[in-house]
Amino acid sequence: MLELVVFSSLNGVLYGMLLFLLASGLTLIFSMMGVLNFAHASFYMLGAYFGFQISRYIGFWPGLVVAPLLVGVIGALVERYGLRTVHKHGHVAELLFTFGLAFIVEELVQMVWGKIPVDYRIPGALNFSAFTLFDTTFPAYRMFMLLMSIGIFLGLLVLLTRTRVGLIIQAALTHPNIVGTLGHNVPLVFMMVFGVGCGLAALAGVIAGPALVTQPAMAASLGPILFVVVVVGGLGSLSGAFVASLLIGLIQTFAVALNISLADVMAHLGVTLTRESFGGDLWMATVAQVAPIIPYLLLVLVLIFRPHGLMGNRDT
Amino acid sequence: MKQGTMQFLRAAALAAAASLASFGAGAQNIKIAYIDPLSGGGATIGEHGLKHLQFLVDTINAKGGVLGGQKLEAVAYDNKGSPQESLVQVQKAIDAGVRFITQGNGSGAAIAISEFISKYNERNPGKEVLYFNYAAVDPALTNEKCSYWHFRWDANSDIKMAALTNFMKDRKEIKKVYIIGQDYSFGHAVRGAAVAMLKQKRPDIQVVGDELHPLLKITDFTPYITKIKASGADSVITGNWGNDMSLLLKAAADAGLQVNWYTYYAGGAGGPTAIKQTGLDHRVFQISEWHTNVPSPSMEAFADSFLKKYGGDSGQGWWYLRMKNQMDMFAGALNQAKSADPKKVAVALSQMKFKNELGAETFMRASDHSLFQDMYISSFGSGTKHDEEKTGWGWKTMGVIKAQDTVIPTSCKMVTPS
Amino acid sequence: MSTIARYWAWIAAALALVALPHIFSSGASITMMSLMGFAVIFALSYNMLLGQTGMLSFGHAVYYGLGGFITAHALNIIGAGKLPIPLPVLPLVGGLAGLSFAIIFGWVSTKRAGTAFAMISLGVGELVAACSLILRGFFGGEGGVSTSRTSTLQLFGLSFGPQIQVYYLIAAWSLACVGAMYAFTRTPMGRMCNAVRDNPERAEFVGYSTQMVRFIAFCTSGFFAGVAGGLAAIHYEIVTASVVGAAPSGFVLLMAYIGGVAFFIGPIIGAILMTALQISLSDYTGAWQLYVGLMFVLMVMYAPLGLAGLLLMHRPLISAGVFSRLLPGYALAAVPALALFAGAVLVIETAHHLLVKASDGPAMRVFWVSYDANSPVAWTVFAALIATGFLAFRRTWPVVSGAWHEATLEARRKLAK
Repeated sequence: MLELVVFSSLNGVLYGMLLFLLASGLTLIFSMMGVLNFAHASFYMLGAYFGFQISRYIGFWPGLVVAPLLVGVIGALVERYGLRTVHKHGHVAELLFTFGLAFIVEELVQMVWGKIPVDYRIPGALNFSAFTLFDTTFPAYRMFMLLMSIGIFLGLLVLLTRTRVGLIIQAALTHPNIVGTLGHNVPLVFMMVFGVGCGLAALAGVIAGPALVTQPAMAASLGPILFVVVVVGGLGSLSGAFVASLLIGLIQTFAVALNISLADVMAHLGVTLTRESFGGDLWMATVAQVAPIIPYLLLVLVLIFRPHGLMGNRDT
Repeated sequence: MKQGTMQFLRAAALAAAASLASFGAGAQNIKIAYIDPLSGGGATIGEHGLKHLQFLVDTINAKGGVLGGQKLEAVAYDNKGSPQESLVQVQKAIDAGVRFITQGNGSGAAIAISEFISKYNERNPGKEVLYFNYAAVDPALTNEKCSYWHFRWDANSDIKMAALTNFMKDRKEIKKVYIIGQDYSFGHAVRGAAVAMLKQKRPDIQVVGDELHPLLKITDFTPYITKIKASGADSVITGNWGNDMSLLLKAAADAGLQVNWYTYYAGGAGGPTAIKQTGLDHRVFQISEWHTNVPSPSMEAFADSFLKKYGGDSGQGWWYLRMKNQMDMFAGALNQAKSADPKKVAVALSQMKFKNELGAETFMRASDHSLFQDMYISSFGSGTKHDEEKTGWGWKTMGVIKAQDTVIPTSCKMVTPS
Repeated sequence: MSTIARYWAWIAAALALVALPHIFSSGASITMMSLMGFAVIFALSYNMLLGQTGMLSFGHAVYYGLGGFITAHALNIIGAGKLPIPLPVLPLVGGLAGLSFAIIFGWVSTKRAGTAFAMISLGVGELVAACSLILRGFFGGEGGVSTSRTSTLQLFGLSFGPQIQVYYLIAAWSLACVGAMYAFTRTPMGRMCNAVRDNPERAEFVGYSTQMVRFIAFCTSGFFAGVAGGLAAIHYEIVTASVVGAAPSGFVLLMAYIGGVAFFIGPIIGAILMTALQISLSDYTGAWQLYVGLMFVLMVMYAPLGLAGLLLMHRPLISAGVFSRLLPGYALAAVPALALFAGAVLVIETAHHLLVKASDGPAMRVFWVSYDANSPVAWTVFAALIATGFLAFRRTWPVVSGAWHEATLEARRKLAK
């Protein structure tokens, strides 16, 4: 049982940190520009595919740097020539634009790399087991993922709280108009933030790609979870996004480990429920089976009862 | 310019009309529609199956085709793994003049197609369609949900589980078994059969885990592997296929899980590579109707020529002897019926006896339209003649079950149309 | 539009629906027209939210799908119990199911507007989609719920086995629903929806609860989505969990938006066009979804009023009789626009051929021209087409907008007289 707890925690934190790499960019973009970027997970996917392509020619490590940069530039271009054009039609149009973009990216990826998963390998230097606990091994690559995402998290923290750029961004988060009147080039800041956000997502893609299967459906399966994280954490709140990322990561990992169903709980209370009793499937479903629902349930509940999210300070 | 414009307009109008009006009915080729996932999690094996069909069609055509010179033609439709989408694609295929349909991946889709075709044939007499199932092994398809228009070339999951458990019962080292499967009709069938048969044949074996996970949606099996590890199991039984098999094995390799695997489809795309990574030499078992190291010069040559043409980087070779049986028998039935009329082909097929490429006898049982053939239990590891996916490891026969020994009763009440 | 003209428009639509299967009589085209029938209802019901009330939903397929499931279950119960209920009333069951679920989910989600509503709808959509895998008794698990439409009480010897009978059933329901939804836009309630969309604050000041208006619009929309789902269930005779998923929710958004959400007729155009594209375009090109995506994004960027908007823009000009003045400009701009379009299509098709159909060899054929996909000449031609098309289009565009400007002024002058 202890090993289950240890390894589930490790994997949960790992998954949560990866989520945070995406959620941080998404929440920054939303708070500054008011755009919920539907295509954010698509940039994550692009990162994974670019990383794969680069790793085939010059290896994994250059890809770790080049792919996020490339995707960041693409993101900045999308903001400059796409979003800015749509901006005058309002937020709904912006949302729809990114929705369409996600659609196009998925199609392009399928066209270029095919519909089946690509063979994105873990770099040879990390293809060993980091440690063995209760004779279960923890792969070094997962350790690397964990350290990378924590490193980036700390880097972001320093950037945002200790540098001038960070100050401007923080100011633009809450009072974009005033930042503009202070003489900062707000459109440029927007473009940079959008580009950097997309780059971060791509970085998450490059490091997650080899471990979590690089395939055209990876964006569509991650996208909705990402929204859950951002909304539950509180739109515009980085610390909220961090807490929510870890929360969702841990929930999803631990839920798989639990085989308890409502029927089991009721059995302890002396009530016998079977599949044949009214609403049978509901009673018999184990926590593991219900796991995919939990984040969305959380989302709906938070939006109704706590519209600011866990740590946000503005209404959705 | 003017003429050019007119031509363009006429062509555009034609294209528009063609999209609404009927598609060419007078095609010379006998079309067989391949309806399987060509995108999503099932696409890895769906695409490879399509190559099988194309290769078989090419082989038959190269030998002069059927019915004295007519050619076969394979047409692919992507059902995205969904039963409902399958029906849309079947309808499209029928509208395009297809009368023979083949599908295999996913019993949910298979049941939907079989029921649809029964209804369609009943409502459209004279336009019957046949359904050739090369891999969907839910027992329901040849029992309570059997149909006259459905033919299956694979042994159903109960037959396979009976063979697997017969093999397991003599292995005294098995103490604790973990069952993991996909959460849909086939996964349920495997799990039910495994629990019941183990209880009957080896009551001392403890089932320490019984898990169902969402079909083709999981990309990281690590939490499941952690759970298997924690349960202390020494063997795992799984019916997983496609990405669900290769990713499960991959996660097992990462966590260093040391168990014996009893599988239906470990040989699928990516499976062999993942097994090699786990380092489990001859500890992964598979039940199948054939594997590359079954000695037979002609079949080995056939598999080699396929590998040469389609193996590519991945080195994925021939998987489905059953699809070869299917297409050879289809060609035979067409010639025997002297007609491409599905009704006549169905009559010819429904009690056909066929000597397959291995030289072994197989037969179609008329009472449920399922083919009986020799089954092989094999293990994957070093020291074999042919290897898989360039791993250096290959399948080795551990046991053979003769076709007549795989026969189990059916509850099918076959309704033969007048 | 005068009352008589409107009256005739409905009769013409009804006659067209009756006549169409006699013109396009193949199985494929009847199937396609049936699909268009319930797609139109679905898209219009979606537009009650987006176009009329300003609510962007990412989970509308929930009501469509649940309507379908309930209809399929009802069909099975009726078939098993031999209840004397004829098939033609069953879409009503779907509608009521859609309505009931819209009441439940709408109660929580319409408390909020704007982005929050969009997010809740997404959450509800994902929630129901995830539930569909757990509640296998109701959703039938991976295999879905299959049913048979012929097992109900048969009236007038109609078995509803043949596709043509189902087509007429769908056509009749479509016409009725389109009529009902059109009537809804004319009611005070329909007008209030527009007010809530355009200026919720003022609507509140006038004394209406915007939440209640959103709720009623949501429920009405859920009802029609359920009818569409019920018709789909009757058509396919199977409903699977995928119909409540994200893909159909996204597709209905594309249909409504590309058609034009600001006009009643927009989603009808969108539904017909997108269904046709979905079915036929995929026979011509493997990259059809890419075209759809690009079309959508271009629409969002440059024509937010959709196809209907582009068409209806010309109505005042036509009624003022100055439309012909636009034609020279259009003809002039059409040449580079076509070149640009052809170049883009050629690039996509050739790239698609090279990447996806690599094993077929480089020889290919697009627009009745055969060439090698990897020949540099071909790519140079494409690049030239795109570049010259783009530059020339930018040069000719002022002519079009100038002509447009003049024509509008002229039209205004005439109308003012």
